[in-house]
Amino acid sequence: MQFFFEVLIGGLLSGVMYSFVALGFVLIYKASGVFNFAQGAMVFFAALTFVGILETGVPFWLALILAFGAMVILGIATERIVLRPMVNQPPIALFMATIGLTFLIEGLAQAMWGSSVRGLDLGIQDEPIAWIMDATDIGVSKFDLFAAGVAAVLVTALALFFQYTRVGRALRAVADDHQAALSIGIPLQTIWRIVWAVAGFVALVAGLIWGARNGVQFALTFTALKALPVLILGGFTSVPGAIVGGLIIGSTEKLAEVYLGAHVGGGIDAWFPYILALGFLLVRPEGLFGEKHIDRV
Amino acid sequence: MLYREAGQFKSSYTSDQQIFPIRQDRIGIMLLLLVAFVLVPGMADEYWLKGILIPFLVFSLAALGLNILTGYAGQLSLGSAAFMAVGAFASYNFMLRIDGMPLLVAFALGGVMAALVGIVFGLPSLRIKGFYLAVATLAAQFFIIWLLTKVSWFSNDSTSGVISAQEMEIFGYVFDSPESKYLLVLSIVTVMALMAKNMVRGAVGRAWMAVRDMDVAAEVIGIRIMHTKLLAFAVSSFYCGVAGALYAYAYIGTVEPEGFNLDLSFKILFMIIIGGVGSISGAFLGSAFIVLLPIFLDVLVQDVFAGLLPPSIASNLQLMVFGGLIIFFLIVEPHGLARLWQITKEKLRLWPFPH
Repeated sequence: MQFFFEVLIGGLLSGVMYSFVALGFVLIYKASGVFNFAQGAMVFFAALTFVGILETGVPFWLALILAFGAMVILGIATERIVLRPMVNQPPIALFMATIGLTFLIEGLAQAMWGSSVRGLDLGIQDEPIAWIMDATDIGVSKFDLFAAGVAAVLVTALALFFQYTRVGRALRAVADDHQAALSIGIPLQTIWRIVWAVAGFVALVAGLIWGARNGVQFALTFTALKALPVLILGGFTSVPGAIVGGLIIGSTEKLAEVYLGAHVGGGIDAWFPYILALGFLLVRPEGLFGEKHIDRV
Repeated sequence: MLYREAGQFKSSYTSDQQIFPIRQDRIGIMLLLLVAFVLVPGMADEYWLKGILIPFLVFSLAALGLNILTGYAGQLSLGSAAFMAVGAFASYNFMLRIDGMPLLVAFALGGVMAALVGIVFGLPSLRIKGFYLAVATLAAQFFIIWLLTKVSWFSNDSTSGVISAQEMEIFGYVFDSPESKYLLVLSIVTVMALMAKNMVRGAVGRAWMAVRDMDVAAEVIGIRIMHTKLLAFAVSSFYCGVAGALYAYAYIGTVEPEGFNLDLSFKILFMIIIGGVGSISGAFLGSAFIVLLPIFLDVLVQDVFAGLLPPSIASNLQLMVFGGLIIFFLIVEPHGLARLWQITKEKLRLWPFPH
C-alpha cells in the first residue's frame, strides 16, 4: 500500500509538470482559437535561452527577465508573421502552421545556443523530504513539491489576472466571442500579443522546472506531446481542466507503468495517456471541463 | 492556345467519363509515363534511382494516402508513419510465415492489415473531430510503434524489432538491381495513383469532400457519415500500408519500428501541405519537394556556402527552412504547388493571346 501511495504521489507531482505545458496551450486556445502545437518548442526555446544567457555570466534574475523578454519578442513576432496573415483561415490550417512554427523555433533555438545538453540548477535538491519520510515512509521529492507550489502560485496569479484586471477582462471577452469583442472596441491584435507573451511566460516557467529536472535538451520539446492527452482530458478551454487533467494523466501513467507495464514489457507510458484520453473522448467528447460544442449547419 | 479544350466533343458516355477528359492532359500523362518508364531507368545512375527516385515514389504513395484522409475527407491524421509500419511488418510476416506467398499479394495483404488497423483508430473520428482527432491519431502513432517494438513475434524475434526484407521475386524474376526495383515501385505507384484519381472523382470521393466541407450538412443530405469516414481511414491506411511495405522492401531493406516515428508522420503531412491539400498531383509534387530539399540544402551548405555558415546554424538550417516553408505556403499558397500548376495551365490556355 505504501508503495502504491508513493507511486501515486510521484505521479501526481509529475502530472503537475504536464499541467505547466498544458496551461500554455489552454491560454492561447482560449484567446485566439489557435491550437498551438509549438508550445513544446517554446518551452525548449525559453529554457535554452535562459541557460544560454546564464552561461554568459549574467545574474539569475536578470537572465530571467531577459529570457522573458525574448519570449515576448517571440510571441509578438509569431502574432505578426504567422497569425495575422492567417486570419479567417480554417483552424486546422492554423494548427498546421503551428507545426511549422515548431520546427522553426526548434531550429532557431539550437542555431542560437547550440544543441548540447545543459544542466540547470535552481538551487532545490531533488531528494525526499526527511520529515515526511520519517512519519509515513513515503518519499516525496522536495523538487516536485516545489514545482507543485509554483504551479499553484502560477494558476492563482493567472486566475486573478483574468478575473480582476482590465486586460484580463478583455482576454475573456475575446475568448468568448471575437466579433463581439471587436465591436465593443477591444483591440484584437493587442490581445493576441499579450496572450502569446503570457503563454511565453508560462513556457519559460515550464522550461525552467523541466530543465532543472531533466536537463535542458531537445527532449524538452516532447513535453508538448505529453501535454496533449492532458488537454483532451481536461478540455481545451479550461485552466482548471489543464491542472486536473495533468494530475489524472500523471498519476494513472505512473500507476499503469508500475502495475501494468511490468506484465507487458514496460515503456507503456509513451502511449497509455493517449489511449486513456481516447477512451475518455468516446464518452465525453468535450473533455472534463470543456465547453460543449453544438453543431449548426 | 496550347491547353485549350475547345473542339473536343464527347460523343459517348465512355469518353465523357474518362479519368483525364482533356486531350492535352492525356498526352501529358502518357509522355510523363513514357519518360518515367523508358527514359529514366536508362539514364539515371544508381544514386539517383536508389537515393532519390525510389524514396520519392514511396513517399508519394504515403502522401497520397494521407491526402485522401486529410485533403479529401478532412480528417487530420498525425499517424501515417504508424500505418506505414503496419504495412511493412505485415508484409514481412506474410512473406515469412506463408510458404510461396506471392510478393504482390503480400504487399496487398500488408495494405489490408494497415486498413484494418486504420479502421480501428478511425473509430474515434465518429465522435470527435478537428484537433481532438489529430491528437487521437497520435495514440495510433505511439501505440503501434510500441507494440511492434515490444512484441518480438512481429519481427521474428530479432533484437529491438529490426526486420530485413526478403528478396523481391515475382514469377522467378528477382528484383535486385536498382532499375528493376524502381520499375516495380513505379508500376505499383502508377496503378494506385490512377485508382485514387478515379476514386476521388466518383461517388466515394464526393461523399468524402461533402463530409470534409461540412459533416452535419453531408449527413442531412443522406451521406452515411460512419461509412464514409471509416472508408476514408481504410483507403488512406491501405495506401500508407503499401507505401510502408515498399519503403521496407524496395527502399531501405532493413527497417526497425523506430524508423516509422512521429518525424516521418510530420514529413508526410508537410508533403501534402506543400504539394497541395486535396489534390492527387499535389502528393507527388510535395513528395518531390521534401525529398529534394534536404539534398539541395546540403549542397548549398557544403559547396556554395562552404565554411561561411557556423556549424550550429548549418546543422539546423533544414529544420528552420522546413518550418519556415510550411508557414510560407500556408499563408501565401494554401493550396500548395498543385495550385501553382493549375495557374500555369490557366495561363497556357490563353497564351500567347491574353485577350
